[in-house]
Amino acid sequence: MSERENILGRIREALQTRAPFPGSHGETVAPVSAGSPASHAREWLPSVGASIEEQFDLFARNAADLKADFQLFASREELKTGLLKLRDAEKWTRVASHGGTLTDFACQALGLPAMLTDRGYDVQEMEKCDAGISECDALIAQTGGVAVTSRSAGGRALSVLPPHHVVLARREQLVADLPAAFELLRQKYAPDYPSMISFITGPSRTGDIERILVLGAHGPKKLTIMVF
Amino acid sequence: MSTSVSEFKTRAAEKTGDLRLRQFIRTALRGYETARDRRKGAFQSWESARQAAAETKWEAVNHLDTHLESLVARLEARGTKVHWASTGEQAREIIAQILRDKKARSIIKSKAMTSEEIHLNHALEKEGFTVVESDLGEFIVQLRHEAPYHIVFPSMHLTRDEIRDLFQKELGDAPSNTPEDLTMVARRVMRQKYIAADVGFTGANFAIAETGMISITENEGNARLTAALPKTMVTLLGIEKVLPRFADLALFLPMLATAGAGQPMTCYNTMYSGPRQAGECDGPEEWHVVLLDNRRTELLADAEQRDALHCIRCGACLNVCPIFRNVGGHTYGTTYSGPVGSVITPHLRGLQEWKHLSNASSLCGACTEACPVKIDLHHHLLQNRRNASAAEPAFFERLAYQIFGILANEPKFWWLAKKLGWLTQPLHGAVKGSAIDPAKAWTKTRDLPPMPMETFKDWWRNRK
Ligand code: SF4
Repeated sequence: MSERENILGRIREALQTRAPFPGSHGETVAPVSAGSPASHAREWLPSVGASIEEQFDLFARNAADLKADFQLFASREELKTGLLKLRDAEKWTRVASHGGTLTDFACQALGLPAMLTDRGYDVQEMEKCDAGISECDALIAQTGGVAVTSRSAGGRALSVLPPHHVVLARREQLVADLPAAFELLRQKYAPDYPSMISFITGPSRTGDIERILVLGAHGPKKLTIMVF
Repeated sequence: MSTSVSEFKTRAAEKTGDLRLRQFIRTALRGYETARDRRKGAFQSWESARQAAAETKWEAVNHLDTHLESLVARLEARGTKVHWASTGEQAREIIAQILRDKKARSIIKSKAMTSEEIHLNHALEKEGFTVVESDLGEFIVQLRHEAPYHIVFPSMHLTRDEIRDLFQKELGDAPSNTPEDLTMVARRVMRQKYIAADVGFTGANFAIAETGMISITENEGNARLTAALPKTMVTLLGIEKVLPRFADLALFLPMLATAGAGQPMTCYNTMYSGPRQAGECDGPEEWHVVLLDNRRTELLADAEQRDALHCIRCGACLNVCPIFRNVGGHTYGTTYSGPVGSVITPHLRGLQEWKHLSNASSLCGACTEACPVKIDLHHHLLQNRRNASAAEPAFFERLAYQIFGILANEPKFWWLAKKLGWLTQPLHGAVKGSAIDPAKAWTKTRDLPPMPMETFKDWWRNRK
């Protein structure tokens, strides 16, 4: 017999005796309920306001808490100005990015050599880039984070290897909460999900030395989220 | 006395005597508690969320076979190679064989308690592979040839000065003792290791049956890099990690972050559903997922304690445990320490050898209250005690309780025992604390209050 059969066999045998349902007094069957237990998560997770303004407010507060830099622009032109400011302030000489409406616009605006990941890339080259510029799938008001995938954000490494990750997004990409973000991903991709989906909530961090927060443990030290 | 119990006692005595360390740990955990309470308070209903999380895990674990089959079918459909390992030894051999086939030499690892559980590093190093832990805390304890102190905060017992000295000695690089500088040293060292590594190794926090994914929670980005750069990726996954649905993560990710570290969300929560797919620009060409039983099915067979398999390894029960806080993580001598370790280790490694962990508890219930998936931890400690003494009753303990039973059942005997106790009490002073003191276990560290001459019953009868 294969190990697969052995393990599944042991599991089936073990499950012959039923275990009490959590919080019941010894019942071993689940009460009939509508939907999965977690399907009401929205009602228990931290609350999010209903209006777009409230949601952007919350996103901004959360992002600030996480030490991410969130910048909201009135137009694409303003966003361009913002990008150029970043470029000059940090003296970028080379960036990594990927093909996309927003990223193409950004790369052009920056006027710097840009390494695009789309057709494969050299890791050492990417490591030397000053910033990784990507798009994303969603901004999540509830957490102040973004969701990216290997398909929407230039692969797996672009958002973690360069020292500064710049996320570009449109206002419409804001969702209220985590359940909404998961629903959006499902509608957009299921059943053929990108091989990596990542919820990025603030720049890379560690507290492993005396529980003191240090940014940029292995991933980017800076996360800038630019939205118009 | 078994070696595990005597080692436990020696280490516990030593660690509780180290006041500096205790103070240090207490300060760190107090910080955790403040942050966690703030985050819990942000939930509209933390209690309902806990109940839903417990129910979701109940559903997952009580239909583990169908969920695992679904998970595996979906993983395989996208080109992932799935392996099944009944024991730690089998898992080690499967992983070593993958490395041999790939002619790999260096392996970069992101944090995985399952690999600690099967002593993977040691086995691979013996075969000549270079294994580097990339999580900062794990990297630090690896340099010290030490086990992680805590399942979430591996290096929380070390001060910045100790870490500076360690880096100076092992890496020849430690500009100062600030956490910032020390972290940057590790970052620099690790960068090139990622790029050079042949194989990336990870654990997993969840596995999604519905969509065939694993989910990894981390703050540093080291797991992200581990799963992005090397050509081959290997994931070791405990079979109990399944969740039924993709959307369940919307509840579990913020709960894990809140209970584990008092964060609203951990920095990176990443779901992997395959190796690099057609049209993608990076990621491993091959991905192997090794499913590990290692006696989890034995715990599964114990319906009473089956909910211990709901554990999401957040570490909350360790953080609030008065025993853990005082004896520290290394004292346990187990992979999983604290309350949850005391509950599951007897199942994973043998009840009689590890039953003492269930006695090292005040049964205060702080763990049960902290647990985000509502595992009945302190009752399980009691059940372990019961099971251990039913299987192998301790002779003296049984004798003592039999005598007590006789005394307590007969008022005359009880009265006589009280008077005798009172009469012999003055003699106790002479032997108190010495080797022949019958109450030695107590009097070594505590005072025995004198028995009052007047019992409560007498007082009640004589009161005006
Ligand atoms: S038993 Fe509960 S509190 Fe302890 S680590 Fe597991 S999930 Fe967390």
